[in-house]
Amino acid sequence: MSTSTSNAGSAAGSALRRGRRRPVDSTVKVLLVAAALVSVATTIGIVIALVQPTIGFFQQVSVVEFITGTSWTPTFAQKAYGVLPLVAATLTVTGVALTIAVPLGLGSAIYLSEYANPRTRKVLKPIIELLAGVPTVVYGFVALFALNPLLQKWWPTDDGPAFQNLLIAGIAMGIMIVPTIASISEDSMAAVPRSLREGAYALASTKMQVSTRVVVPAAMSGIVAAVVLGISRAVGETMIVTIAGGLTSDRIVLNPLEGAATMTAFIANISSGDIPVGSLDYDSVFAVGALLFLITFALNAVSIRMVRRFREVYE
Amino acid sequence: MNPTDTTNRPSVSIAGVGAQPTGTSKPDAADPVMELSGVSVFYGAYEAVRDTSMPIQEKQITAMIGPSGCGKSTILRSLNRMNDLIPGARVSGAVTYHGQDLYAKDVDPIEVRRRIGMVFQKPNPFPKSIYDNVAYGPRVTGMKVSSMDDLVEKALRDAALWDEVKDKLKTSGLALSGGQQQRLCIARTIAVRPEIILMDEPCSALDPIATAKIEDLMSELSNDYTIVIVTHNMQQAARVSHYTAFFTAEVDERQERHGRLVEFSQTGKLFTNPADKRTEDYITGRFG
Repeated sequence: MSTSTSNAGSAAGSALRRGRRRPVDSTVKVLLVAAALVSVATTIGIVIALVQPTIGFFQQVSVVEFITGTSWTPTFAQKAYGVLPLVAATLTVTGVALTIAVPLGLGSAIYLSEYANPRTRKVLKPIIELLAGVPTVVYGFVALFALNPLLQKWWPTDDGPAFQNLLIAGIAMGIMIVPTIASISEDSMAAVPRSLREGAYALASTKMQVSTRVVVPAAMSGIVAAVVLGISRAVGETMIVTIAGGLTSDRIVLNPLEGAATMTAFIANISSGDIPVGSLDYDSVFAVGALLFLITFALNAVSIRMVRRFREVYE
Repeated sequence: MNPTDTTNRPSVSIAGVGAQPTGTSKPDAADPVMELSGVSVFYGAYEAVRDTSMPIQEKQITAMIGPSGCGKSTILRSLNRMNDLIPGARVSGAVTYHGQDLYAKDVDPIEVRRRIGMVFQKPNPFPKSIYDNVAYGPRVTGMKVSSMDDLVEKALRDAALWDEVKDKLKTSGLALSGGQQQRLCIARTIAVRPEIILMDEPCSALDPIATAKIEDLMSELSNDYTIVIVTHNMQQAARVSHYTAFFTAEVDERQERHGRLVEFSQTGKLFTNPADKRTEDYITGRFG
């Protein structure tokens, strides 16, 4: 009797041991690790690819000239390699874009999260997100051939916007990043617990006060992240500025009614031209690319900081 | 503080009840500050609570007790129009405040909530500093205050929290313990000087010590405020309240549950000599 039970016991115990392997399981794991490694490897690859030509560039052009020079004319007979005009144009376009996108994006987010009834929101949110799926080349052409003529027609004075200009590129870019800001901000507002809203309403708040004084501050980390992501997209955006932003880069352009080349527009333009590999012009593309990479990297770092700083834990 | 009210108040202790011979549902006292007549609350087509009529007496604590799903919280929320925030919620019958129907067309729910504040089951301080939590109400309602610092201090003192937080007014309200958070929410509510404070199971998320503190605070506050409290805890109702309303859930012929007021009476009477068999079963623990 006792032996039979112990036999049954050991049989049950041995059933726990690793009998057969599960080959599918380990294969899947390898595939998944490989998938994750591809993006890591790509990032490292980009950095390596940027480094060599960038070093080559700075062997011929001093870093000081690069970051303080006020003229960028690698394709002119009189060559100059001061990156400031490109940076200034990028900042101007980004500034215009944010002026448009932050109020519109936050406004839509507040409307969707606090004012719209659930049915309206269900219809509207996907439509707003659809805007993010419009190819940027479409935005560029709409800006250049639809918006700008209108702007020129309605401009009150004679010195209106040029054919290509930073204002119109910025406006188009602003509309392009509205969905990014609206959607992420709305997500983070929707995550604010209902109990906070109720507490605010019970203290005789109006809907506007609940939205602006309780929900928006409580969702601030998400909103900041949304805006920084919007800035990253604006800084890296290429098509709109290439089509509608203009190409001037021999001087710093601060008037948004004039056209000027951003960092990305310069890269796109020169890369589509015929430049010999290893030439200074070729290397200059990579130097600007490296700078762009650094700026985006810094923005991401700032955004992580800001998100941590503004994070308000609810519970 | 108003000493005359303290003397008029019916005794809280169960032993003192015999000395207060009053009707079962219409206790003495002057005009009630609020009155519910035939109030039903609907969520869409579903009638959550049926035909509730009861008074809320000034500067007294009125408790609403009953099993889960009996509609006591629903009724509480109808007293300051918090139900407005729930899509599809609707109130029939009359809820009057100093004779004014709160659901009349020209009544502004914001004004209602300025006079009738609410403390919730789970402490819900804003993710702001302790100071800003208390100052929130006065700021949004545009209260004219000579010194916000004094007002914040007074509200925190009245909520018996001042001594614990006076050195850290700038820290987040969320850094406090649960019981302190709930007292902060009470301070925040009294900072706008409402006339009535509604409390929806204010101690159910708290430990016994924090609960005792809140109960003491309620008794203290009832010198100046009318308080309506919903509680699961019968002992709590017996300890703190002057009047008690017992609700229960009824199942109708279509198997739908509806909350219903069974009995309203002075607390001592309801607990020692209930008029209704269902009340007796509930308070003696035979049900619920």
